[in-house]
Amino acid sequence: CPLSSRCCGPPSAGPAMNCRAEVLEVSVEGRQVEEAMLAVLHTVLLHRSTGKFHYKKEGTYSIGTVGTQDVDCDFIDFAYVRVSSEELDRALRKAVGEFKDALRGSGSDGMGQISLEFYQKKKSRWPFSDECIPWELWTIKVNVVNLANEQERQICREKVGEKLCEKIINIVEVMNRHEYLPKMPTQSEVDNVFDTSLKDVQPYLYKISYQITDSLGTSVTTTMRRLIKDTLAL
Amino acid sequence: AMDTDLSSQDRKDLDKFIKFFALKTVQVIVQARLGEKICTRSSSSPTGSDWFNLAIKDIPEVTHEAKKALAGQLPAVGRSMCVEISLKTSEGDSMELEIWCLEMNEKCDKEIKVSYTVYNRLSLLLKSLLAITRVTPAYRLSRKQGHEYVILYRIYFGEVQLSGLGEGFQTVRVGTVGTPVGTITLSCAYRINLAFMSTRQFERTPPIMGIIIDHFVDRPYPSSSPMHPCNYRAGEDNGAVYPSVEDSQEVCTTSFSTSPPSQCVFTVTKAHFQTPPPVVTDTLKVPVMGLAFSHQLSSSRLSYQPAALGVGSADMGYPVLFAGGLNAAHPHQLVGPGKEGGVPPVPSQPAHGTQADQERMCTPLDGVHYSAATPSSSEDTETVSNSSEGKCGSPHDLLETIFIRKVGAFVNKPVNQVTMANLDIPFAMFAPKNVELEDNDPMVNPPESPETESPLQGSLHSEGSSGSSTGNTHDDFVMIDFKPAFSKDDILPMDLGTFYREFQNPPQLSSLSIDIGAQSMAEDLDSLPEKLAVHEKNVKEFDAFVETLQ
Repeated sequence: CPLSSRCCGPPSAGPAMNCRAEVLEVSVEGRQVEEAMLAVLHTVLLHRSTGKFHYKKEGTYSIGTVGTQDVDCDFIDFAYVRVSSEELDRALRKAVGEFKDALRGSGSDGMGQISLEFYQKKKSRWPFSDECIPWELWTIKVNVVNLANEQERQICREKVGEKLCEKIINIVEVMNRHEYLPKMPTQSEVDNVFDTSLKDVQPYLYKISYQITDSLGTSVTTTMRRLIKDTLAL
Repeated sequence: AMDTDLSSQDRKDLDKFIKFFALKTVQVIVQARLGEKICTRSSSSPTGSDWFNLAIKDIPEVTHEAKKALAGQLPAVGRSMCVEISLKTSEGDSMELEIWCLEMNEKCDKEIKVSYTVYNRLSLLLKSLLAITRVTPAYRLSRKQGHEYVILYRIYFGEVQLSGLGEGFQTVRVGTVGTPVGTITLSCAYRINLAFMSTRQFERTPPIMGIIIDHFVDRPYPSSSPMHPCNYRAGEDNGAVYPSVEDSQEVCTTSFSTSPPSQCVFTVTKAHFQTPPPVVTDTLKVPVMGLAFSHQLSSSRLSYQPAALGVGSADMGYPVLFAGGLNAAHPHQLVGPGKEGGVPPVPSQPAHGTQADQERMCTPLDGVHYSAATPSSSEDTETVSNSSEGKCGSPHDLLETIFIRKVGAFVNKPVNQVTMANLDIPFAMFAPKNVELEDNDPMVNPPESPETESPLQGSLHSEGSSGSSTGNTHDDFVMIDFKPAFSKDDILPMDLGTFYREFQNPPQLSSLSIDIGAQSMAEDLDSLPEKLAVHEKNVKEFDAFVETLQ
């Protein structure tokens, strides 16, 4: 992890106190993994991103505008809306791409999970590194299936599309509960709550990690990777 | 609900939020049923007119309709704002698909901060609406509209009427936001018994050739609020000008304060713009079927193929297939798909007056787009060329040509303009049997009663004849420019172009008639071996013929 000096410690072993955890499960064909993951992650981030904050004097701030766009899936009968931010899209694609490769790799039974964790940073004094306190964790469990013929694939396109519709409804349901969200930060605190590195939108601080279940069914540490979004500038 | 606890400023702000939330809700829903992909840009500097910090365009006509329905009122208990989405087929049948309801109930949240929490939650709710509008069955239907059906919307205010949705309709809740005067809820009730039938049914039905505009002239609706096509757009030159929300007097500038956290600075500036009063040229809006005359070639990409009209980045134009007989001396023409679209735009003219009733065209949101006549994927192209190759030796070569019939916005005259787009190869893996061999080749089985009277050996029509040179009732097509390759023929006093014009309106292929109806993909594929066997049998004949050519 090239940014390890600025990481805030090992990933949380599980949901911490006050951290909401949601689990979604999907069964997809190999070539559908990327699109399905992107659909879910983008839908979550759509709800967890705001416009860029512009702080003015007297502690007030204004918020930029978030654009959205439709994305059609090629391998699934499905479409979703994502935030109009190429940087964000790239970051998600990178993470999902790695997850997909790991799923395809040896030792994998086609089962794994990808997690999207929203966290807040709590500054600590030296020599202690900053603490990351998760407040929402989304886990998508993936089961890759192999299909025998074109007819099955066609059915799979439709079925997975329907399943994803259900997932979107589930996500929106959770979002609608209006449960804990970090307090809106002051200017000095904004990087502890939001990822301010993107130029057009501002998602809450998040990290994506994944695990591949090996053929023995145990969750492996060797394939544990982490992508850290770090907003602290040098 | 008692609002004595609410300051008058807060109350004013809240009312404004609810009003603009209602307008934005309608925009999101209608735009999601246009049949196009929506894309708006993020902007890091607030422009002041993006309500709820979201870039949601305002279609003026839609805002106008919404304001008309609301008539200055706000959603309240028993007074809900409903957006009804329905489908109307080319035969005139219509069916309600969804009712989106913005309701208010009595449950108040006195503690909540209006200018801060309520505003942000309304923003979140709009995001949820963006997401949910893509997952109900009507979304997929609306993406495929334009050919056999259109999607219409209707806004009404008052009591929610769900009876038109049929039995067993389902409900999805988009979300709720508590406010000091009540809880706003947004939900959608949608018909389900169309869900499977529709996508399959509309995918498989062969195209209706020669759509007549008359089908879609609407009689006034008995209900108070007229239906509107989702993808009808009033262009600037239409004469009906609606004030856009951006031009309206109220611009929202929000700024938030973090210290102390409860304080919010919320400013609403009155911007004075020149807004012409809304001029409605006619109250009857006619949902006119998109006159894209289309036929889907590849069913492997049937889902999410955009409607023929109005998709800026369309993957595939919707070509029309005509099969005309061809003089055996002419090799059939293989023209690769043009990548740059090759379709000259049809000039658009504003529709005026009474003409407008008949011929409102469906135009996309951002003006007139013309989809390129390219196959949706390169793999289709390869399949196509290969299968064409295989037919080279046949003595019954067919000239397959594809016309893209483009419709300009508000074209006054009946939509007659066919521009000769690039010739495309109609073979795609799962295409219904359009390119027929012996059965439908007019050279083999002459058409029964052609409306045109000019036989192949008959008199020449002058090249300059405009409209259909056959003079039949189908004067739908005006050949603007037809330069067939390899068309010089010294033997007959008739070149390919003339021949072509003679035969440009062949009788309908039986395989494309509606009676034949949905033929399953499997059936098509099953019949292929049979056909191949027939050709195999005649291989010697074909070979002999090829010899004679050499």
